[in-house]
Amino acid sequence: MQQSRRQFRFPVHIAVFLAPAVLLYTLFMVIPLINSLRLSFFEIQNQNQLNFTGLQNYIRLFTDSNFAPFFWRALRNNFVFFAVHMLVQNPIGLLLAALLAEGGRLRNFFRTLIFMPTVLSVVIIGFIWQLILNPLWGVAEGILESVRLGAWFGPWLGKPETALVTISLISVWQFVGIPMILFYAALIGIPDELTEAARVDGATGWETFWRIKFPLILPTVGIVGILTFVGNFNAFDLIYTMKGANAGPDFSTDIMGTLFYRTFFGQQLQLGNPTMGATVAAMMFLIILTGVLLYMFLWARRVQTYEL
Amino acid sequence: MKTTPSSRIWDSIKRLMPIVILTIYAIIALFPVVMILVNSFKSRKAIFGAPFEFPTSETFSLIGYETVTDRADFQIYFLNSAIVTFLALILTLFIGAMAAFALSEYDFPGNALMALYLSLGIMIPIRLGTVGILRLMVSLKLVNTLTGLILIYVAQALPLTIFILSQFMRQVPKDLKDAARIDGASEYRIFGMILPLVRPALGAIGIFTMIPIWNDLWFPLIISPSSKTATVTLGVQQFLGQFVSDWNAVLSSLTLAMIPILILYILFSQQMIRSITAGAVK
Repeated sequence: MQQSRRQFRFPVHIAVFLAPAVLLYTLFMVIPLINSLRLSFFEIQNQNQLNFTGLQNYIRLFTDSNFAPFFWRALRNNFVFFAVHMLVQNPIGLLLAALLAEGGRLRNFFRTLIFMPTVLSVVIIGFIWQLILNPLWGVAEGILESVRLGAWFGPWLGKPETALVTISLISVWQFVGIPMILFYAALIGIPDELTEAARVDGATGWETFWRIKFPLILPTVGIVGILTFVGNFNAFDLIYTMKGANAGPDFSTDIMGTLFYRTFFGQQLQLGNPTMGATVAAMMFLIILTGVLLYMFLWARRVQTYEL
Repeated sequence: MKTTPSSRIWDSIKRLMPIVILTIYAIIALFPVVMILVNSFKSRKAIFGAPFEFPTSETFSLIGYETVTDRADFQIYFLNSAIVTFLALILTLFIGAMAAFALSEYDFPGNALMALYLSLGIMIPIRLGTVGILRLMVSLKLVNTLTGLILIYVAQALPLTIFILSQFMRQVPKDLKDAARIDGASEYRIFGMILPLVRPALGAIGIFTMIPIWNDLWFPLIISPSSKTATVTLGVQQFLGQFVSDWNAVLSSLTLAMIPILILYILFSQQMIRSITAGAVK
């Protein structure tokens, strides 16, 4: 049949090259994702019977007293988690990248050391910081005392007011290597002639950076922003490791990922609910999709990419 | 121009500033990890009595490591992690390279659409499909198997792998392929010829595929939580949950879990970082 319709003949070897990837990707990623989204419009009755309920699950998630307070809190906490990364992780990453891009013999050495926590498992990082901040061991307190800030120390991870920001900062500590390396790659790509000209005109290093280099790396700023957003709204491991599925104390560290896990699998006295879990996942999907679309149409389109 | 002493001091401060900041930050990055490594070789008394000191002949102790090897099935966890990571990596690179070759080499109808379809997964995390994945795994009887994990990780890694590899494959000179075609080489032969040429890209993608797979907690926790199929990350998480109060065991198991990745990182860090910055330095 393929031979007879010449102009539509799809070469066999192309199909052979594409088939394994398309099949695996479709079967284990695309279909389950679509299925999860679909399940959010259903309810499981006894004996695994699926009943179509329209937007019922979403209405429950937004208004039912068993779900809504948890959902809105997790959403708010997740924005706090994201804000800490944007305000602390990415500026520090930019500063370190700018310093590394200045050159110097020790550059490789520092780059390697600072990137190191990023490759470790979040589980390990979570436990390490739990030990370091543990008042029983007193390591963090000892360090603060050595710089006369001992009075600042408190059981940060145990208090509802400080636990979320503390965990966010631990995540910042681990992942600062990623913005650092992306900014660094962008900065060393800027030709020397551009900055040289500014220096001849008498611009200071500070002015050169903000007036010339920073506008040139704006595309990377956008990429770092969207990567942070997607990563943060998909986060789970660190909070599960340090605080368990209940994201204590008193749900103060609960974010979308832990809410999803708890809703899907249940906890202590509450049974898991796959369709409500799918609804939480669908909300995460919508949030991430909104972020990606905003990035693509509002940022990436407007920011000029210079061919260097 | 005349330089006053104060401006000279100011200049040297300005010159030293970057090094000082970088040093302080490197200490912040390194310190917690070093604390764990060093204290894992000390007796319980020394861990609490002198946490900032290196182990001496008096305080040196391997008791934590003994507890860990007695109580936990770390060998099995390591083996599981190694099998899953290695097979997922090989499959991702091979299958991904095949698809990338098809997309970059041939101009077939629907090429752009196929490329777009395959790259959707770069930004959408596979985790969001967990409810569907678990149902699929149950119906395929792949719950609590390493096969299930491997298939998920390959599907998760394919989009970015294909995207990056097809860009590298476009850079392979056309003459080379055409010459082989004139000599009568099959398309499969030509693919085999191209693979070694994109080896640096394969290496870089390999490292970046491997680390998240080795470190993943979510899918082992959900798809294969049994003690026979637990990976190191899950095993450590569960072991530490039970032994919270045994500080020697906790520190030792953390050290054991860190060491393979740290060794790999020290060996490959230069290539890894160079591969990210490669696009910038021409």
